[in-house]
Amino acid sequence: MSDSISHPIPAQSRKNIFRTLELDTRLLGMIGAFIILALAFNMVTDGRFLTPRNIFNLTIQTVSVAIMATGMVFVIVTRNIDLSVGSLLATCSAVMAMVQTWILPDLLGLGLNNPLTAPITIVAGLATGTLIGAFQGWLVGYMLIPSFIVTLGGLLVWRNVAWYLTNGQTIGPLDRNFLVFGGTNGTFGATLSWGIGVIAVGLALYGLWAARRGKLAHGFQVKPLWAEVVMAAITTGAILGFVGILNAYDIPVRRLARLFKARGEVMPDGFTSAYGLPVSVLVLILVAIAMTIVAKRSRFGRYIFATGGNPDAAELAGINTRFLTVKVFALMGALAALSAVVASARLTNHTNDIGTLDELRVIAAAVIGGTALSGGFGTIHGAILGALIMQSLQSGMAMVGVDAPLQNIVVGAVLVLAVLIDIIYRRKTGARL
Amino acid sequence: MTSAPGALMDPPLVEMRNISVSFGGIKAVDDVSIDLYPGEVVGLLGHNGAGKTTLIKVLSGAYQRDAGQIFINGEEAHIANPRDARGYNIETIYQTLALADNLDAASNLFLGRELVTSFGLVDDSAMEAETRKIMARLNPNFEKFANPVSALSGGQRQSVAIARAVYFNARILIMDEPTAALGPHETQMVAELISQLKSEGIGIFLISHDIHDVMQLCDRASVMKNGHLVGSVRIEHVSDDDLLSMIILGKPPAGPARS
Repeated sequence: MSDSISHPIPAQSRKNIFRTLELDTRLLGMIGAFIILALAFNMVTDGRFLTPRNIFNLTIQTVSVAIMATGMVFVIVTRNIDLSVGSLLATCSAVMAMVQTWILPDLLGLGLNNPLTAPITIVAGLATGTLIGAFQGWLVGYMLIPSFIVTLGGLLVWRNVAWYLTNGQTIGPLDRNFLVFGGTNGTFGATLSWGIGVIAVGLALYGLWAARRGKLAHGFQVKPLWAEVVMAAITTGAILGFVGILNAYDIPVRRLARLFKARGEVMPDGFTSAYGLPVSVLVLILVAIAMTIVAKRSRFGRYIFATGGNPDAAELAGINTRFLTVKVFALMGALAALSAVVASARLTNHTNDIGTLDELRVIAAAVIGGTALSGGFGTIHGAILGALIMQSLQSGMAMVGVDAPLQNIVVGAVLVLAVLIDIIYRRKTGARL
Repeated sequence: MTSAPGALMDPPLVEMRNISVSFGGIKAVDDVSIDLYPGEVVGLLGHNGAGKTTLIKVLSGAYQRDAGQIFINGEEAHIANPRDARGYNIETIYQTLALADNLDAASNLFLGRELVTSFGLVDDSAMEAETRKIMARLNPNFEKFANPVSALSGGQRQSVAIARAVYFNARILIMDEPTAALGPHETQMVAELISQLKSEGIGIFLISHDIHDVMQLCDRASVMKNGHLVGSVRIEHVSDDDLLSMIILGKPPAGPARS
């Protein structure tokens, strides 16, 4: 966002290239800001920031907030807010912890680490999140209580429902199969990761081709072929580069030795194995793709944006905006439950303070990602990038050794600054809000 | 003189009978009855706050009536929301245009009635193609298909709103101040469109402040004042001044003007 403002003259000539490539300059600005941030931290930390290991950690730390941020985009686009997501995450995590450590193994007699435990637990968690979300959505949509109030109440209620359910105790260890969603405990390894990367490239290229074919079929103008090839090359490079970096991080030797020991085997000398793509990151990627399709290509998504742009017009066009609100909050609840799976699996326990202050991180990620609080504007990929920027800032400062209070001061200031830059950008490009 | 009205046998296309609407004790519309025949344009006249828009929003499903009945083709119609109204092929062009500013022309035109692919996904290309077709007919200068409608001029926004009403084969068209925001050229365009739709047998309610518009475009006029119907007259039986005195004084003209 910064470079297109401070250097107007080169930006002018470059703009034409961006226009040919049909790239969103705002998105490019965010990517640029992210790259500058990463390079700066890398310099200050003598190259420790941009190591495969740190990038791996960064991605798994981002997943939980990023998943919820995609849902928060829809909530904010419809001119609502959800302050309860962190507490909702805690309630879902508490329910799932109890289901997998107590209800299923003891009450229903499935025993420890039964293969059915993890799926049943996750379904129970998703149901809990969806129901609570739908209830809050009903209060907003049908009872016409402002979402700020409903979810501010929810912030207190669900945090303490979680506390009440668990008596404030840490619950663990969680089911072995459930931990697969936590990050380091569930990765695909090098070979499978490459396979997934290649499939992703194939799907991305098919997507580009299908879009072009669709436009040509109706005789619309398409971008020149070279521009398509450039886009395809960038996409391919980004996907395979990401997989390559994750594959470059080897599992530490001691940890490997422990794993072999646990299986009753002896580790061969000189054996190495890469982590590869974490399951949780794949979950995030799938959520991102699904949510992007919902936002851009589904009627539900179209109605969300129409309602955010002009609620009266949406109503007059026959859209049931009340029920839409219920669905948006229910979706947000389901995503908070999914984040609860990832977050509690990453900690290998349910803890009483899980998800504390996540609502603020999630809202900040969506807003930094370009979601307008006035409604009607926002993108899924922007919110995920926003979550990544927030997490990079936080963990980069921790690596540099910035004091904890200063870290939070910087993060808060960056949030306000990002919105200011966004307002200036929109004013300069003439986009109306 | 047009073919339809007075027609003794056919039921009216729309008949709103004894409609009342109140907002918190204030009767915005009080026991008003109006009707509309196929191929007819009926003007609704009156001051601001006379109840014209409220009355018509009952027909388009935006407001609920407190009393009265609506008949479409002689059968009682149950209109509880805008979706119901669309089901009766009632289309409305609102004074506010009712466009989602952040969406493009095609998304607005098909809002609530999107074209979808075989996977059930929104087919943007097909909708844009259809939008281009109808715009070529209504407003050949329209080019901003990729921009959100907030980037369009008043006239262009109006043509999007009109295209939305026309595209879906309206039988009954409600136009609330369709020319209020338009220049002379675009006003002429709307006038031509009205006569074209009329010749296709569509019935049109035209809400307007402008007596000249009404004298030029309408077959009949119904005048409202303070929520009451002053009277309905055939346009060829009245002068500008008759209409004006109905609007201002609230008195129906004497003699042959009554319909």
